[in-house]
Amino acid sequence: MAYPKEYKYTKEHEWIHPQGNTGLVGITDYAQESLGDIVFVELPKAGAVVGRGKSFGTVESVKAVSELYAPASGKVTEINQDLNQAPETINKDAHRAWMIKLELSDPKELDSLLTAEQYEAYVAEEKTH
Amino acid sequence: MITYLVLRTSATHSDTRFAQGIRLSSTTETKTLRKTALNSLHRRFGAKMVDFGGWDMPVEYPASGGLMKEHLAVRTAVGMFDVSHMGDILIRGPQALEAAQWVSMNDVSKLQEGQAQYSALLYPEGTFVDDVIVHKLGQNDYLLVINAGTREKDHSWVRKNVSRFRCHADDVGDYYTQIAIQGPKAEATLQKLTDVDLSQIKNYWFKHGTVCGLPNTLIARTGYTAEDGFEIYVPSDVATSERVWNEVAEAGKEFGILPCGLGARNTLRLEGKMALYGHEISDTINVWEAALDRFCKMEKGDFVGRSALEKAKAQGLQRVLVGLEAVDRGIPRDDYKVFDGAGKQIGYVTSGSYAPFLKKNIALAYVPPEFSEIGTEVFVEIRGQQVKCKVVPTPFYKRPKKAA
Repeated sequence: MAYPKEYKYTKEHEWIHPQGNTGLVGITDYAQESLGDIVFVELPKAGAVVGRGKSFGTVESVKAVSELYAPASGKVTEINQDLNQAPETINKDAHRAWMIKLELSDPKELDSLLTAEQYEAYVAEEKTH
Repeated sequence: MITYLVLRTSATHSDTRFAQGIRLSSTTETKTLRKTALNSLHRRFGAKMVDFGGWDMPVEYPASGGLMKEHLAVRTAVGMFDVSHMGDILIRGPQALEAAQWVSMNDVSKLQEGQAQYSALLYPEGTFVDDVIVHKLGQNDYLLVINAGTREKDHSWVRKNVSRFRCHADDVGDYYTQIAIQGPKAEATLQKLTDVDLSQIKNYWFKHGTVCGLPNTLIARTGYTAEDGFEIYVPSDVATSERVWNEVAEAGKEFGILPCGLGARNTLRLEGKMALYGHEISDTINVWEAALDRFCKMEKGDFVGRSALEKAKAQGLQRVLVGLEAVDRGIPRDDYKVFDGAGKQIGYVTSGSYAPFLKKNIALAYVPPEFSEIGTEVFVEIRGQQVKCKVVPTPFYKRPKKAA
């Protein structure tokens, strides 16, 4: 699965798709593959403020529980309600199954995130461990 | 994203109950893990491997669909599992029966040759060393199939406790590759590979016969999935093990057979309310609490743990195992705390998961008897939130009766 070039990535396997001062956030294809069948997503309410690197929710597969960490600070303006009913969407198309929309406090924070190439290299490295 | 695997080793000791799970980052082999003869085959199939009780075992096979599909294959068609990590103890000698009676809680004298029974090895306190399946191979010959993570502990415990009888207790686990073929199409699958008429083997009975050209192979109608199925025991060399695995896979192809990992094995046994050592049963839980009364034969004569169980019975139960179903959103997981409506902790979850066939979030939990009535509302704490659950009848899943 190709990692979109216009996204930025975290080492915790989240992606953010920046659009001006906002960004959509989800988990990467590698993350969904490691988790297996996703059956539950817990997301914050719209209006919640999240800090960079802080947990904003949880994703669960049948056998694993995993925290979700915000790639950047900001206010949650929207959440993807569809995931409550159909969490398996994340397995099917992780890079489109966004979880939250963030209004970024400081778009410059994104500069320190990984590019698609860097993330791919990071994952390749992680796989060999 | 830090991922913790919820499926835990059966070796988990009760005092590590609140320890965190195993990191998912699989296929690391920093410490020496034991391997079954099918290990490299699993890896070639792209299985996700984890450390399970010191064994490098497949948790799921993403390439052929993953845990959920594996679970459903067993419920609706057929699945196959490498369960060679299970241990086998052979008790053999003129007093093998007396010895087996002494170390296990079920009545071994009731077994006929070719019959097996669910049972357990107990400590003098009436708590569990392990649960076992006892097979009567012959008049002086009993095979105990035990858990992987408890193999060494079980073996030394059995050896010690049978020492006063004229018999040997040998760990023969390494001699066998054990493959479980489970599901409504298990019989049709395995029948293609054996000369034994499988329809003549009743549940919890076994026969010896030729399987995949291997004479004198043990075929038992047993399993750990709450589904019909068989477990076969073949020589543990890699070539034979892989050949048998591949022949079973080929035979089951027309039914959609899938290789299944420990993940599906865990959700399948949970739906069927089958106990797992370190979870529903442990060295701090006794037979009555675990509600395994019907496998414990107090009237058969003395056995290890009996007198403690007698006392425990007289004292009455402090806690009982119940089935829970989440009413609110949330998945109750192993070790989560259970509360009453007033916010007082009353117990804990022993096993909990999304149930792939029932499509519900279910759990087994220990609670005081006054909370055990069907329909009782309790709350499971999930990441700081009280999630409403109700007590439901168990087993959560019961396989449909075969049409006559």
